[in-house]
Amino acid sequence: MKYAIFVVLALLLAAIAVANPFILEPAGFLAFVKRAAPLVILAAGQYFVIVSGEFDLSVGSLVTVEVVVAARLIDGNEAATWPVLALLIALGLLVGLVNGVVTALLRVPSFITTLGMMLILSGAVFLWTGGAPRGALSQSFRVFGRDTLWAVLITLAVGAAAVLLTRATYGRTLIATGDNERAAALSGVRVARARILAFVISGLAAAIAGIMLGGFAGVSAQVGQGLEFSAITAVVLGGVALGGGRGSVVAAMGGALTLEAMFTLLNLYGISGALEYTVQGVIIVAAVAAGAVQLPRLFITPRKGDAHAS
Amino acid sequence: MRRSTPIVIVAAAATLVASGCTSDKPTTTATQSQNPGASQASATQAPATGTGEQSKFFVQADYDAQLAMRTKTAQGPADKPWEQAIDPQMVGTSKYKKSGSIHLCFSNAAVNNPWRQVGWKNMQAEVGLHKEIAKFTALDAEGKDDKQISDIAELTGKGCDALIVSPNTTATLTPAVKAACEKVPVIVFDRGVETDCPVSFINPIGGYAFGADGAEFLVEQVPAGGKVLALRILPGVDVLETRWSAAKVTFDNSKLQVVGVEFTDGDAAKTKSIVSDYIQRHGKIDGVWMDAGATAVAAIEAFEDAGLPVPPIVGEDQQDFLQKWKQNNLTAVAPTYPTYQWRTPVIAALKILKGEEVPKAWKLPQPKITSENLGKYLQPNMPPLHYALCGCESLPGFPESWGGKK
Amino acid sequence: MSEKVGGRLSLGFRPAQVVFLALLAVVAIGAIVGGGEFLTLETVVGIQQRSAALGIVAVGQTLAILAGSLDLSVAVLISLTSLVAAEIMQTGDVAGGIAAALAVSAVVGLVNGVVITKLKVHAFIATLGMTLVIKGVLDHLYDGPAGRVPDSFQHLGYDRIGPIPVSAMLWACVALACWFVLTRTRMGYQVYAVGGDVEVARLSGVRTDRVVIVTHVLCSLCAGIAGLLLASRLGAGAPTVGTDGGYDLESIAAVVLGGTALAGGKGGVGGTVGGVLLLAVLDSLFNLLEVDSFFKDVVRGVVIVAAVVIYVRRRKS
Repeated sequence: MKYAIFVVLALLLAAIAVANPFILEPAGFLAFVKRAAPLVILAAGQYFVIVSGEFDLSVGSLVTVEVVVAARLIDGNEAATWPVLALLIALGLLVGLVNGVVTALLRVPSFITTLGMMLILSGAVFLWTGGAPRGALSQSFRVFGRDTLWAVLITLAVGAAAVLLTRATYGRTLIATGDNERAAALSGVRVARARILAFVISGLAAAIAGIMLGGFAGVSAQVGQGLEFSAITAVVLGGVALGGGRGSVVAAMGGALTLEAMFTLLNLYGISGALEYTVQGVIIVAAVAAGAVQLPRLFITPRKGDAHAS
Repeated sequence: MRRSTPIVIVAAAATLVASGCTSDKPTTTATQSQNPGASQASATQAPATGTGEQSKFFVQADYDAQLAMRTKTAQGPADKPWEQAIDPQMVGTSKYKKSGSIHLCFSNAAVNNPWRQVGWKNMQAEVGLHKEIAKFTALDAEGKDDKQISDIAELTGKGCDALIVSPNTTATLTPAVKAACEKVPVIVFDRGVETDCPVSFINPIGGYAFGADGAEFLVEQVPAGGKVLALRILPGVDVLETRWSAAKVTFDNSKLQVVGVEFTDGDAAKTKSIVSDYIQRHGKIDGVWMDAGATAVAAIEAFEDAGLPVPPIVGEDQQDFLQKWKQNNLTAVAPTYPTYQWRTPVIAALKILKGEEVPKAWKLPQPKITSENLGKYLQPNMPPLHYALCGCESLPGFPESWGGKK
Repeated sequence: MSEKVGGRLSLGFRPAQVVFLALLAVVAIGAIVGGGEFLTLETVVGIQQRSAALGIVAVGQTLAILAGSLDLSVAVLISLTSLVAAEIMQTGDVAGGIAAALAVSAVVGLVNGVVITKLKVHAFIATLGMTLVIKGVLDHLYDGPAGRVPDSFQHLGYDRIGPIPVSAMLWACVALACWFVLTRTRMGYQVYAVGGDVEVARLSGVRTDRVVIVTHVLCSLCAGIAGLLLASRLGAGAPTVGTDGGYDLESIAAVVLGGTALAGGKGGVGGTVGGVLLLAVLDSLFNLLEVDSFFKDVVRGVVIVAAVVIYVRRRKS
């Protein structure tokens, strides 16, 4: 049941294969994984935030920032690739840290923290570059997202790291935090620290996804547009409960693959470009409704316990 | 106190009603063409080649006019295409004549894409050239029709000597522009409005010419029966619909097979995925037509990554595409929608305030980049998304203000 | 300790009062920096015209948020209702257009509410799904502005009485109506109860599902009214007017800026009105200073987060 999403994924892949058998060949399947890689990585990061009971709406604009910053700093210079990569990772971690601290310590709802961060990031980066991207990415930068082998390896590595992290004490702490903050705090969990780390992981994932998307498709001013909603949708499709406390990271990544398979399928069968959205909307709500019978609804805010207590 | 507040408001409102009601709505009510070209759409039914139905935006007369304009010589200084005009019908402006310093106003639809960014910088630099412009007030509508309507109303009350408008959409901005026309001389550029009250409407030849330039190139370069993929940004945008509808006419009259018409949302990753899918499905694609060049490089890379030669392709005048073209020696063409048109409204405004004649419909030349003149437009020192036809090379602050390196 | 700091920051005012103080401060800055230019009739009318539609949506959003829910589908619903109204009004039937637009809104709100309460889908996903569904339908049926509203209906968008546009009065009426419902009726009390703690509300006999459904219907009706207002302003319906305006996230931001807790149960309509006005006046100030639109985004982001930091401190102390 926990991995029901993979049944859906298999069905979708089968449907794709009927129209396009290429996807069954190793090269075809790997190409599919490469395309899905950024979303899979974003979903893995978003999982940690959501399971702790929060949202991260800033990942889409963070991806844009990463790509635009990379292009301006690298400016076509191969030698600059590795220092800039390090900087991009640091930037992702920093943005996650700020999100986490504002949410966990200053007690701002994460929806607002990350909505504000989204505005700040997209405004700041174009303020810096004067409205449109400048510079160019180097070939050695682009290889990570463009070369199928690299893309698949990075995705596997991120997936493995995410699974290890959820198996470790931290994963259980985080789920406990999302499930019932007060109970977790009483049993000795450092709740704020666990949440901050979740945001840092999400920021890191967005940095990696940005590097891969920049690699896949090059410099663009709108590369990250709407990715925050796609990532949250993917995680929820994977059966992770908004509000926290339930779900597996593998299923979240499966949700991302499923979403990407759905896009591919709708494209392949040429469902009138527009109605594609309608189909997508119905599927998402239906999938969540089907899995949600016992799950908490609305903004479950364990935090309220605190407010009442004080 | 709480309870009394609403009562006070109601009472105040009642008093105000009694004291006189005002409307900022334009008084003219007739609207000439509410549904441009709907009656014309069926004029060019051709054998189906996978291009679908003709757009309801298609107007045969405009199409014919634009295609004819491509071969006409524009009047004016050849080295300053932004001052040139094709077939100008001049109108007198002596009633707007004014001496002394000028307050120029501009209602901008948005600066949300690189094309508008380059254009906006052109306009600011052009304003900087003219000392007589004492004040330049610009409001950015951020892509919102409603905001632009209020912006225009606000600007007309600010003592502007002339108002430049770049409308966010055609039909919905028409009433606001009409209202402004009653108070100040208005100059509209880029997208038009459904009224002829502006003193001058400035734009390049237009979308039909753009679309046809690209499609004709493919018809020339791709052998008969070849498979062409058409990539569009999104439906429903008039200036993009005209590009596609002209290309459709060309393709319908050719022996090419249009295997797909897809929308990319202007997203590079989506473009690359779509092109890869088509390559997989059809084995090979013999030509790619695009209604805008922003994602042309992503389309080219889809072929490279599949290990295939890049077929004849249509792009635009952005530097990343021109660079790729030169580097890989592509078979390509780049129709343009020049950003130098952002300089012209300022020039027009000054002419109008001096009482000089201006063209009622100021049609700027719209060159296309071919492999012969590619070298002239390729500027490696400029940013990848810079538009080559900015006409900004001689403006102060070039290239740094446009993001380039000396 | 940190609570003391927060307490000092907001000087002992309630969130809704803080936002009006901030509003006064921004107006004062504008008056000082811009002098007479900031307080011209055109600017004052402009501020109201620009904020009326967002204001109406945000008032509706306040209800949904107070009940512990939220609605991301308001933006596409605005586009949809503007088209429904304009298409019907094209035939000359103004009343029919208004009725149809409101009926469509009510149905959308009802579906949102039922999916959230009966199918137990998180509001975020339920209304995001609704957004996609409506967006698909809009994209499928329309490729540009359509319909036409008669001149008589355009008075709603353009007329004004002295310095006060009719649109702003409409906004005031909607706000007053919601304020009345929230503070003077049983229903309002139940909204706060459900938003405060669903379980406690249920145990004390509140039919919580019904309350959430009603708030969603009201929220959607407000979006429908905003759609009507925009149809009147634009003279037609437009399939992207809602999303271009960013009414989904901006309305939520305005509600939160007005001191309503995103988790529900605390806040009110007054603060929301202040929040919307604050955003609009800030915008006018930026216009006056000719600030780059990217810088505006940065400031908006900082203002929204900073405001909530202050409110959270207030509530705790």
